[in-house]
Amino acid sequence: MEHFLTEEQQMIVDIARQITDERIIPQRAELDEKHEFPRAILNEMGQADMFAIPIPEAYGGFGGSCLDIVLALEELGRGCIGVGTAFAASSLGVYPILIGGSEEMKQKYLPDVATGSKFAAFGLTEANAGSDASGIQTTAVLDGEEWVLNGTKQWITNGGEAQIYTIVAMTDKHKGARGASMFVVEEGDPGFSCGPKEIKMGIRASSTTELIFKDCRIPKDRIIGRRGTGFITVMKTLDVSRPGIAALGVGLAQGALDMAATYAKQREQFGKPIIGFQAVQHMLANMATELEAARALTYAAARHIDANPKDMSKVSSMCKVFATDTAMKVTTDAVQVMGGYGYMCEYPAEKMMRDAKILQIYEGTNQVQRNVIGQELNKEYNR
Amino acid sequence: MKIIVCIKQVPDAKDVRLDPETNTLAREGVESIMNPFDQHALEAGVSLKESCGGEVTVLSMGPPQAEAVLRQAISCGADHAVLVSDRSFAGADTWATSYTLAKAVDQIGEYDLIICGKQAIDGDTAQVGPGLGMRLGIPYATCIQKICSADESTIVFERMMDDGYDVLQSGYPLLMTVVKDINEPRVPSLRGKMKAKKAEIRVLSAKDIAADPSCIGLPGSPTQVVKVFPPEPRGTRAIFTGDVDEQVEQLVEKLKPYLV
Amino acid sequence: MLKIDKKLCIGCGICEDQCPFAAIEIVDNIAVVGDNCNLCGACVEACEVEALSIDDTGKVVQDDLESWSGIWVFCEFTRGGLAAVSTELLGIGRTLADKRRVQLSAVLLGHKTGDCADTLIGHGADIVYRVDNPGLELFTDDMYEKVLSDLIKEHKPEVILAGATAIGRSFIPGVATSVDAGLTADCTKLEIREDDGALLQTRPAFGGNIMATIVCPHTRPQMATVRPKVMKERPFDTQREGQVIDIMATPRQLTSRIKVLESVTATQSNVNIQESDILVSGGRGLDSEKGFELIARLAEALGGNVSASRAVVDAGWIPYPHQVGQTGKTVAPKLYVACGISGAIQHVAGMQSSETIVAINRDAEAPIFNVADFGIVGDLNEVIPKLIAKIEEKRGS
Repeated sequence: MEHFLTEEQQMIVDIARQITDERIIPQRAELDEKHEFPRAILNEMGQADMFAIPIPEAYGGFGGSCLDIVLALEELGRGCIGVGTAFAASSLGVYPILIGGSEEMKQKYLPDVATGSKFAAFGLTEANAGSDASGIQTTAVLDGEEWVLNGTKQWITNGGEAQIYTIVAMTDKHKGARGASMFVVEEGDPGFSCGPKEIKMGIRASSTTELIFKDCRIPKDRIIGRRGTGFITVMKTLDVSRPGIAALGVGLAQGALDMAATYAKQREQFGKPIIGFQAVQHMLANMATELEAARALTYAAARHIDANPKDMSKVSSMCKVFATDTAMKVTTDAVQVMGGYGYMCEYPAEKMMRDAKILQIYEGTNQVQRNVIGQELNKEYNR
Repeated sequence: MKIIVCIKQVPDAKDVRLDPETNTLAREGVESIMNPFDQHALEAGVSLKESCGGEVTVLSMGPPQAEAVLRQAISCGADHAVLVSDRSFAGADTWATSYTLAKAVDQIGEYDLIICGKQAIDGDTAQVGPGLGMRLGIPYATCIQKICSADESTIVFERMMDDGYDVLQSGYPLLMTVVKDINEPRVPSLRGKMKAKKAEIRVLSAKDIAADPSCIGLPGSPTQVVKVFPPEPRGTRAIFTGDVDEQVEQLVEKLKPYLV
Repeated sequence: MLKIDKKLCIGCGICEDQCPFAAIEIVDNIAVVGDNCNLCGACVEACEVEALSIDDTGKVVQDDLESWSGIWVFCEFTRGGLAAVSTELLGIGRTLADKRRVQLSAVLLGHKTGDCADTLIGHGADIVYRVDNPGLELFTDDMYEKVLSDLIKEHKPEVILAGATAIGRSFIPGVATSVDAGLTADCTKLEIREDDGALLQTRPAFGGNIMATIVCPHTRPQMATVRPKVMKERPFDTQREGQVIDIMATPRQLTSRIKVLESVTATQSNVNIQESDILVSGGRGLDSEKGFELIARLAEALGGNVSASRAVVDAGWIPYPHQVGQTGKTVAPKLYVACGISGAIQHVAGMQSSETIVAINRDAEAPIFNVADFGIVGDLNEVIPKLIAKIEEKRGS
């Protein structure tokens, strides 16, 4: 389907496609098997200016739009959303700085992230605070010229591999919604360490660890924006990053559909390729249609966000929930179409299905997304 | 360091197929690409530029559409691009090609290093690199698989041989042809693609390089193709039937002369 | 220039289909040629009404063609031994020399060549030009080029053949440029043209999709390289006599601007597959690197070695020295077993001279079956273990 990309957008797609075909696809099975962080691939993406896309020009980036980022992530997702997640999480990690940081802070951190020489990570989730982010228990106390952080973050993407961590901590528990602030913690800060890598169902190339703060001391100027703006920055960050997750879902679904359709054309049973049987054809037709709908919604949401940056919550939640549910369905159906071959680890389909699940969980579960959409609808119709 | 990298636009040989029924080349959907060996040559040049400082000029002899691979080279790090193109170059064999490229290099000016891919996947002769080196009167080495070290006066490198390799040392100027083992060509960068889009390609005609008409194109080619024909089919095509055990039994029967 | 006779052209489009470069197309029912035509001649050959021709006026004809006489073979002496391709080339050289009724000479460069010259005479040479000098012990392009070019300019042979080895492919093009000769690489067939005695050089082009016959009608000498194992050597004849002429290398010839710091021979792991009589080759159909364990076991059962297609070398499953094909090695073993190899033309180009070709592939339409003498359509993971078992059983009995 024609989506009327500009020449520059096509350049982004072409580079991402080359990286996916020449680097990600040949290595994805091994990265998955070994739970290995794709450092070499990410370095090459850095050299290809991929990390520069979401960063404004003033800080060494390309000042790309939401759609630009979506296009890049979709292509990468077709290869492996583990690699895609590692890449996307770095942008996620610096969005708080972009949104709320001072000029000095932006100048200090963004250029290195734009070149891919440093990675970032976003630390919100805790053992007792997932969907209910307000339940976080990590604290930050001002002690003279330093903030002292205590607590543990859980399941943080790029943990142990990033150099820059943006952390949400409680600064004033009794202030409720205004009780949290965001901080930049750097690798090597005293009292900061990362736990071992988690073993996961999917996206195994992505590194997921605990972040442990034990009297972690950081300079006073590491606070992002004003004290008490933590949850607001978090909300804005997630709004902006959701289309990226939707894009990963679209790419993953595309990869799964390609695999299933190719298989159905080659596999012969009862005297003909199985694509000739209506049962299979209808499955593929549904997969293809839902994928196109997910893509169209994601692109439309991205274009809307680029034109209306103040009104993004509903559309960004919509594309995230739809595209990720679609990815789960399409990858599951792909395994079904491929039958036994779909189940065997020798073929890429089962990994795609294992990978897809996380898309419905992280960056706000699809239940939370529906809450957001519902609340927005409530506001809309309340006139 | 001033580096010239010679590149060629070729049909993607892996896509060029013989139609078994008509015995003709099926060239539907055959893309034009940068000769794969030249991609490695370009990467070698750009890496050297990055470590030693300097600039890379890519040079290609070809029809106007060869501009595409020159732009691709810029997106992967080349600084300048030169296309030497003229209808009178058509039909050039390797002798005439190396003559033409040598005259074009004269127009480019000073250089320290010229890097070529070992061979082009359409001609497969691996002759243009050495021929160019000879005409420029500079030393050359072929099938380079590794550059061990390079500074402003000396370069040390490994040349692949049939049964091992030689470690060689040279000063500049030097021409080298490279094999795929030498590196992994980089993916183009966004900045590079944008630069490539706006880049000005310098185009040189036969007149611009002061070419002697008897040395270029078909007139300048000592070799001439007199006949083109499909390869002879071979093979008796005896595909065994039966279940796997029966097929294996029959095959081993046929292999008996080799089981001594 | 490609000439199109508009009166004869019927606009049928065969030329358009045949052109590998998409350089000719039918416009308003007449063929029109584009900028990227490179005069390969495929369309001229295909045109059924002879409306196409290639105009080669403007060529300068060398004026002393008749004074070039004799067939020469450059014989490679490396690491203290004569390369097998040298005697293979003397075989075809002898045929050409007899046809032309001229002498066959061998050029031998190296150091401590011992009785090589006698070997060369026994295999067909009438004369051996021997340049034995410590400076030539290790191969350097410029030294070898200068020695051979000078000899050629002095003695004016009409034909020079050399092996398309790493050494040959490196310095022979330099020699060709130096003596203004046409050079054709990787010839699979060499013959003398009846009417003018010119050398007809046939070689594969476009990755082996097409065969081209090439000639140097207007220039001398005519040079050609030939891959090892393509030509056959003549049996050694102890009765043959010939002349050995020792040549002194000059100081100018013995200077090189490139220094050889070290010459490393491959370790045990790098088997020279070109020397093997039996090869078991693995391709994409193996599905993973582990598949080569199976290939190795079959190779062992047959007493042969392991080789591979380009796809699996590129994937890193096996190192490059094992690669058979257009960009790898040309092999001609007695038995070549292709397992999970589709048979792309570029691979076939590297092994089609094998005596017997066996193919095992799960795709009945795979092109490999077109060149195979025997084939099994099936899953190699099932077939190969059974094959190994059967072979061992037959050996045991």
